[in-house]
Amino acid sequence: MEQIPVLEARNITKRFPGVIANQNVNLTLYRGEILALLGENGAGKSTLMNIIYGLYQPTEGEILVNGKPVQMRSPKDAIALGIGMVHQHFQLVPVMTVVDNVMLGSESVRCAFLNREAAAARITELSERYNMAMDPYALVEDLPVGVRQRVEIIKALYRQADILILDEPTAVLTPQEIEGLFAVMDLLRGQGKSIIFITHKLKEVLRVADRIGVLRRGQVVGEADPKTATQSSLASLMVGREVILEVEKSDAHPGKAVLEISDLRATTDLGDTALAGVSLTVHAGEIVGVAGVQGNGQTELVEVLTGLRTAKSGTIRIGGQGMTNASPRRITEEGQSCHIPEDRHAFGMVDGYPITDNLVLNTYYQSPFARGITVNRPAIEANAAALVEKFDVRTPSVHLSGGSLSGGNQQKMVVAREFSRPIQLLIAAQPTRGIDVGSIEFIHQQIVAKRDEGVAVVLVSSELDEILALSDRIAVMYKGEIIDIVDRDDATREGLGLLMAGVKEA
Amino acid sequence: MGSTFWKRSSLISIGIALFLVVMAVLVNLTSLSQYTWLRVLFGVSALNFTLRASIPLVLGALSGILCERSGIINIGIEGMMLAGAFAGFVAKTNTNHWPLMSSLIFSVLIALAVGGLMGLLHAILSIRFRMDQIISGTVIIILAAGTSSYLYDRDAIAQGKFSSVAIPGLSDIPVIGPVLFDNPPLTYLALLLVVVVHVALFYTRWGLRTRAVGEHPRAADTVGINVNRYRYVNTSIGGMLAGLAGGYLVLEAVGQFQEGMTAGRGFISLAAMIFGNWNPFGALGAATLFGYTQALQNELLLAGVTNVPRQFISMLPYIVTIVAVSGFVGRVRPPAAEGKVYETEGGTE
Ligand SMILES: Nc1ncnc2c1ncn2[C@@H]1O[C@H](COP(=O)(O)OP(=O)(O)O)[C@@H](O)[C@H]1O
Ligand SMILES: [Mg+2]
Repeated sequence: MEQIPVLEARNITKRFPGVIANQNVNLTLYRGEILALLGENGAGKSTLMNIIYGLYQPTEGEILVNGKPVQMRSPKDAIALGIGMVHQHFQLVPVMTVVDNVMLGSESVRCAFLNREAAAARITELSERYNMAMDPYALVEDLPVGVRQRVEIIKALYRQADILILDEPTAVLTPQEIEGLFAVMDLLRGQGKSIIFITHKLKEVLRVADRIGVLRRGQVVGEADPKTATQSSLASLMVGREVILEVEKSDAHPGKAVLEISDLRATTDLGDTALAGVSLTVHAGEIVGVAGVQGNGQTELVEVLTGLRTAKSGTIRIGGQGMTNASPRRITEEGQSCHIPEDRHAFGMVDGYPITDNLVLNTYYQSPFARGITVNRPAIEANAAALVEKFDVRTPSVHLSGGSLSGGNQQKMVVAREFSRPIQLLIAAQPTRGIDVGSIEFIHQQIVAKRDEGVAVVLVSSELDEILALSDRIAVMYKGEIIDIVDRDDATREGLGLLMAGVKEA
Repeated sequence: MGSTFWKRSSLISIGIALFLVVMAVLVNLTSLSQYTWLRVLFGVSALNFTLRASIPLVLGALSGILCERSGIINIGIEGMMLAGAFAGFVAKTNTNHWPLMSSLIFSVLIALAVGGLMGLLHAILSIRFRMDQIISGTVIIILAAGTSSYLYDRDAIAQGKFSSVAIPGLSDIPVIGPVLFDNPPLTYLALLLVVVVHVALFYTRWGLRTRAVGEHPRAADTVGINVNRYRYVNTSIGGMLAGLAGGYLVLEAVGQFQEGMTAGRGFISLAAMIFGNWNPFGALGAATLFGYTQALQNELLLAGVTNVPRQFISMLPYIVTIVAVSGFVGRVRPPAAEGKVYETEGGTE
């Protein structure tokens, strides 16, 4: 029997100025199935989904719902057709309650006034039916990420969505929360809903999908059957070549203590506690991974360590010298430390500067790049040429702006600059977030190489795979504290997952 | 629902307003009235002046709240107010021969309309032409100041203004009656608008969408709300309220137009909006405080306080404004998306 797909995308092409995000993409989705869409960062997954959701207009191509071509001018049309989407970046208003967020755009109204009670009753009913507990009157900003995601799902179900798009829903969850999400997805599928599940994590795809589609550089490069596919076959389909899933590294040989943090306390910009007494020692020649769900103080820890945020109390010593609340320059010079920041556009580079200048942001005031009050252009250019070569920054010219590089090459540029002076301490925050697999491999190798040279490395990452691949010891942060430190060899995903959720076994 | 409304700074503003009322009742009805300085500070005349001075600030602040809650910074309230004042004046001088009430109401409508047009202009500049909203607001101010002084006919005279209407029964309440319930119509209207805007913002579909658009436009867009349409509408209504504030000055408070007669009230309105944490009642409290400092200046002069130079007393409202806005009340939180252009396909998020 020939089944009509509930959703079909035909020959979708989407051009942004200078980028083709989707090229002749075809996709079909049947009733009651989970279609996994796999692809690297930048492959065009979100763009395709935004087109299906009516948020973006395709340059070419058409969408069919239940076999009929449809025109979607805005998400309103998609919602009317029963399409719901949970966006990669949650689309919730933090200062509003769950009820207000859920009913926004589809408000229940009684004599011109909002009927919050009616909406809350629907939310409670839905959350019971799908096993996603939540308080309709809680403020979204007070909710943990996992619950916010449920609110997003409820938001789609509230609008009676039959087709549910989940864009990288697992990126922000702990392993246990991911299991919970999968259970909900199973339940939804059982009720006849169709789901498009987007991810770049191979394990998950094999775990839940009924069918797998792979997107690479805007094109569908293949389909796979989860029963027969393996992680490495999917990886090479996704990246277009063989990839080494493991980072090769030998055992660590830790030396003297380089970074000594004791009882460090700090607050967020809003004055809330961010670090509630963090103590940690990192030795020369070891990588200490700092794991945790985003927003548990990792960002603030890195900022305090690099001099970008003041500590309220506690001490930091680098190489034996007191560096508590020292200026960033003193930390980089006397502390011989370097920083790969979490947000490279805000802290790692100047998008509008040429690559040459981006590569001397930490040394421009020193010889040979500075001559008195003027700059030494030839030296800066020679430096750039050498670093671009050594760190495989792919660009037609070192005179192009840093912002014109792809994400992976931008990050390699940042790493090149930070590694261009003698260091004893490396603080790497989310060093591979949002970049391609090739660049991830390269940066991982560079970090391990620094460790082997005897540098002490702090690696902050919300990707558990990255932490497990690189670390020699793993510290887990929860609510501003290091809840536990485990040796890599003793660490398991499940154990770390529990710690990330604040559960510490006796 | 409470948490969005009862923010700390709103509470402080409301507390200030209540404090004034309580003090006034005490001072006027008990033996405290024997102290002259208390009568100067809290007499019925001081309170009457306070209310008159705060009405344009309240309207200006409501104007700012409507715009900024939807994400458009409105620094041009001063200009919209001045434009409304001038338009109201021109309308009044041209309809002097009409029956007084129809002429006044017509002039108020013109003030509203011109204020609304200024708001629309601000919206077009900042949304359609993506002009920086601070610059666009400044353009509005300069435009209003320049045009009104160029077109101002010094010989024109407006005949008559709104007079007080005592509300039967309520106006007989001691102290509170003469202060609150014996006022001209636009004063009642302004106070009513505080309640209306509050209810509209927090209890209607329009308000929910407006706040979403100002906090997180993309979230609003993804549920099918037309972000820029809400911004156009809100900024235009905001302009109308500022225009009404100008109309109040000409048609109810002063009775005539003078060049630059708004005299910084638009900016003090902005301060009241911030001090009141973008909440209508908070803004009302803040406007009352600012109005009170102006009243004080007046009362102290009348009471013959001469050992303090007049200029220092005149500085009072501004000093209070600076202190209020410089974070003395704790943290206020503007709408998150304020001042940012929104385009559906813009950005890579
Ligand atoms: N609004 C936009 N404007 C310009 N370029 C965009 C926009 N959205 C996405 N892109 C580009 O399109 C490509 C695909 O992005 P995206 O769909 O977000 O990938 P994925 O979700 O697979 O990580 C990227 O190169 C990205 O930079
Ligand atoms: Mg994406």
